[in-house]
Amino acid sequence: MTFRERAATALRDTHLQEALTIATTRFIDLRRRAFGEFPEGDALRDRAREIKEATLQRLDHWVERLVERVEARGGRVHYASGAAEAREIVVDIARRAGARMAVKTKSMATEEVELNDALERAGIAPVETDLGEYIIQLAHEKPSHIIAPAIHKTKGQVAELFARELGRQVAADPEALTRIAREELREKFLKADVGITGANFAVAETGTIVLVTNEGNGRMATSLPRVHIALMGVEKVIPSMTDLMVFLAILARSATGQKLSAYTTLIQGPRRPGELEGPDELHLVLLDNGRIRQLAGPLRGALDCLRCGACLNVCPVYRQIGGHAYGYTYPGPIGILLTAMLHGEGAVKELAHASSLCGACADACPVRIDIPRMLIDLRGAGVSARTAPPAERLVFRTLARILRSPALYRLSIRLGRLAQRPFVRDGALPSLPLPFRAWTSTRDLPPVAARTFSERWAELEREAAPPPTGPR
Amino acid sequence: MVTCLGDVFFPETGVRIVRLLRRLGVHVDFPRGQTCCGLPLFNSGYRAEAAAVAARTAALLRDAEHVVVPSGSCAWMVKHEYPGLLAGDAGRAARDLAARTYELSQFLVSVVGRTRFRSAIRGRLTYHDSCHLLRGLGESRAPRAILGDLEGARLVELPGADECCGFGGSFSVRLPEVSTAILDAKLARVEATGADCVVACDAGCLMQMAGGLRRRGSRVRAAHLADVIEDGA
Repeated sequence: MTFRERAATALRDTHLQEALTIATTRFIDLRRRAFGEFPEGDALRDRAREIKEATLQRLDHWVERLVERVEARGGRVHYASGAAEAREIVVDIARRAGARMAVKTKSMATEEVELNDALERAGIAPVETDLGEYIIQLAHEKPSHIIAPAIHKTKGQVAELFARELGRQVAADPEALTRIAREELREKFLKADVGITGANFAVAETGTIVLVTNEGNGRMATSLPRVHIALMGVEKVIPSMTDLMVFLAILARSATGQKLSAYTTLIQGPRRPGELEGPDELHLVLLDNGRIRQLAGPLRGALDCLRCGACLNVCPVYRQIGGHAYGYTYPGPIGILLTAMLHGEGAVKELAHASSLCGACADACPVRIDIPRMLIDLRGAGVSARTAPPAERLVFRTLARILRSPALYRLSIRLGRLAQRPFVRDGALPSLPLPFRAWTSTRDLPPVAARTFSERWAELEREAAPPPTGPR
Repeated sequence: MVTCLGDVFFPETGVRIVRLLRRLGVHVDFPRGQTCCGLPLFNSGYRAEAAAVAARTAALLRDAEHVVVPSGSCAWMVKHEYPGLLAGDAGRAARDLAARTYELSQFLVSVVGRTRFRSAIRGRLTYHDSCHLLRGLGESRAPRAILGDLEGARLVELPGADECCGFGGSFSVRLPEVSTAILDAKLARVEATGADCVVACDAGCLMQMAGGLRRRGSRVRAAHLADVIEDGA
């Protein structure tokens, strides 16, 4: 299926439409309110961007520092250049721990490397403990939003799913549904040998792994199992705790409109002698997977991303079609850039056009990533690499010639007037053949005017010539 | 500058603008040979082609004291993208041109210094922020100042006025289903305001919204800012 077909399918899914409208509208309102009550927000967003840029300038330095500090606190650091290597590293650690079950917190990095399949193949049962992730794991689906993985489901659908998969009848009430998930998960936390998390940040100067969650599952997964493995994109390193405060101030506000998420978990090394809680082993897996190359690449701006999901919520395209239609791990405007980063520019030749370039994404982005500009650049890359369809290139090259030549421009208008004649109905064009059918299948088109503005100018000039008569 | 869509599809709006500006004491010139600002090429990734079109459009506008553009997106193209698109002397000239270029509502409010006009239509109006004018040029006040002061009409705020109408240039024909779904959401909100007319400052949005309104047989019409100002003619 092409992207266009997947999108059209999503548009016909009434449950999806209902769920998306409710959730994204709510996210938008919450975010707007949060920043409305936070006058320093804009300055902090600028500061956050500066920190990100400065850190990426010296990423090697900050990664070295992070590795050194995590190891000094007794953790182990691994480096995965790609998805396959990341899977191997995590599976290997889990195997050596003799794990049969791994509890997981919400992590887009583990989705990106498709870790769950690898764990299952190795005989280790992955159990998602974030409510949204738990829902989609039960449904054998993939997340459709960066922070709200089950955003595409209505509460009624979740109740049906719980009845079918867990054999538990429950009302379509978020509180009751959450209670069920809690009960089901509690026992898994106690049984799991390994806890697998992502990381929202890692602080280089202190070797601190930072998890931002709302359900407390992050604490459980990093304190109950014997082994904690955190998988993190290498760009998520930040220099200091002071920097962390800047990011925390804008992350939850952008994501859910909260001042802070309910839990901010700071992890420094495994359990030390005398401590009651914490794992015996702590592993941090740093993931490259196309990121490092972009330090000097056209998608560098996307390395600033905090994965807050704000750009998805405000995107008119995402709000209509949801995340699955994009076809890759990361949906929405930022997802198109990340897909190009992970899978190459060829992967987004359709997706690069899945934007009206309205700019709402860049406006909502806490670190002001200029997503529309990078989408235009990706479109341009498709033109240069000749991956854009030949018919399209012909259309645009012809258009360019017409727009460069007033004579051709005038001729085209005259031809347009002739060609439209049989189709004009009541001063509009309600139905046209290809290639205009894409427009007129749902909208009327205005006809080429009987006289263009340019053609009326001589007359308008004469109007101005006699002495001014004032308003008539 | 009349813009390609303004020239070909909405010449009457251009004529109204000329008459309005003259009535306000502005000497209006129209350099011949205008085609397009190049935005459709630019947005689809045809940068070199867009630069070639930009170069000739910029050259045509070289001698103007002020350049008035009736579309936010085209004004944005000239102000924001021409300087980066054109190199050397042309680039320097483009920076100068950018500083002299105004979208119509901006020109009326900040150069002419006037917001009070008589309304050309009676009833309720609502305003749609076109994306490039709002987020590209940061302009949301000038059109509202004019519409709010309009004698004979009443401005009602459109919920989600800042949300895209789904036009997006080639987006509207590459992904017509998505474009229309976005449009439908917009038009439902427009109709819910009870307004008789939705006003915008961008020919692209107007083509999209008017096309959708006509198709659904709505009693609401879509109009350019200049269409609702009594031009005195």
